[in-house]
Amino acid sequence: MTILEASGLEKRFGGLRAVAGMSLHVEQGEILGLFGPNGAGKTTVFNLVAGSLRPDAGSVVFRGRDITRLSVHQRARRGLARTFQIVKPLRELSVLENVLVPLARNQLAGVLPLGSVRGKQRVGRATELLERVGLADRRDASAGSLTLGLQKRLEVARALALDPVLLLLDEPLAGLTRREAQDLLGVVSGLGGQVGVVLVEHNVRLAMSVVTRAMVMDAGELIAAGEPDAVRRDPAVIKAYLGTDEDDAGESS
Amino acid sequence: MYLLTVATLVLIYVILALSLNLITGVAGQVSLGHAAFFGVGAYTLGYLMKTLGVPFAIALPFCLVTAGLLGLVLGGVSLRLREDFLAIATIGVNFVVAGFFLYMPYFGGPFGITGIVRPLPPEWYFGLVLLVTVGVVVLHERIRRSDLGLALLALKESEDAAAALAVDVRRFKITAFTIGCALAGLAGGLYASYISVITPNDFSFPLSVTILAMVSVGGMGTLWGPVLGALVLGAFAQAFAFVAYYQLFLYGLLLALVMRYRPQGLLGRRA
Repeated sequence: MTILEASGLEKRFGGLRAVAGMSLHVEQGEILGLFGPNGAGKTTVFNLVAGSLRPDAGSVVFRGRDITRLSVHQRARRGLARTFQIVKPLRELSVLENVLVPLARNQLAGVLPLGSVRGKQRVGRATELLERVGLADRRDASAGSLTLGLQKRLEVARALALDPVLLLLDEPLAGLTRREAQDLLGVVSGLGGQVGVVLVEHNVRLAMSVVTRAMVMDAGELIAAGEPDAVRRDPAVIKAYLGTDEDDAGESS
Repeated sequence: MYLLTVATLVLIYVILALSLNLITGVAGQVSLGHAAFFGVGAYTLGYLMKTLGVPFAIALPFCLVTAGLLGLVLGGVSLRLREDFLAIATIGVNFVVAGFFLYMPYFGGPFGITGIVRPLPPEWYFGLVLLVTVGVVVLHERIRRSDLGLALLALKESEDAAAALAVDVRRFKITAFTIGCALAGLAGGLYASYISVITPNDFSFPLSVTILAMVSVGGMGTLWGPVLGALVLGAFAQAFAFVAYYQLFLYGLLLALVMRYRPQGLLGRRA
């Protein structure tokens, strides 16, 4: 089942055409890798889908509904979750409270949401999610005190608290040690089945091990798509990216 | 008698400090115009009681409503702004509102409104103010521990992260601003009827700075921080009333010292 259908996306920044007629779709349960060299436009596509940018043209249809004009929080409420390339943990809140935010009533519908935030059921659900990413034992620590690797996992747990249908991961491996990166990829590949995942990643070699389908962009356009192995061998891809700048495809540590 | 006056005024400062704390300490929106909403409450009560002859018990709730509505409108317009611009915009609001009191013909110009009747003897009035203060403390805590409070703390740290977690950032900010402004209006109503004489000068920019100083010196975002700040600076104001001209100087000095050596405030948690 197709959960996301973005077609004809265009985005200009001044004279620069960052995204030039990009279309993509995501099926339920798949992990789609979106790759490309620096400046290819993948982060812009990501932001167009997540809602932090509005396209100049094109549309985004999510679960059969046009969400092109919806704001970020409206998309989140409908099950479109994201993490950030530069992590944004709510530092002064505890790890648990970070996960409670998406579980709380975050809309104003006539009445102020003045119920206590620490309902037993919610705390249980949040703890469950923290267990899933291996953070349950740190639930009372402040989020700011976690290492980068753990903060990235916290962002995944937070995103999962939205009961997402689609999870967008923006460069989740950036800045992680190889060990941390593999741990995180383990969490991501464990999500398979219900959730569709879009993975924008610089570290192609590591990411390729978990993606089920790959797309490669260059200069705002799609240059290749398909099975990870086939895409990796695609001459256009090698020319644009892997062949010319092997370091970019290597791991960071 | 004198002590009772000081105690009543200090409690009114406590309400003011807590009301600003909801906006600045919890939701992270710096307001340097809070005195304007305090003034709107005071003038609402003065005008209703003095000019229209409305009884106190009916006039007081109106102070909440007028200040809250103004907060809702101004919040809707200005909370889109980035932090530093918001601070400047709220200063502007303070000057406009103070100017409005001064130049609009209904409010007595520079002499303001005089002879507002206090409905109760001082002891009883103190009891009333104490009761309202306790109510505000309870509301403040209820908000901090609620879904609303968590959403506000979240957006204070990162609006992008909060929005990605389904928090309706804009509406929640406006909500915090409106509640804070309404409570400041309530404090203004209590003040006007206690002191019986109000002039535009009582609600000018320096008072806004003083309220913000109370919140920051005590510890933003906490309950006891703003309460302590209001007690210290409020009592301070009375103790040094004979050097009124130096009051702001002393506030400024205290604020500068706290910001330098204990930026989270006396009772604040270190981030």
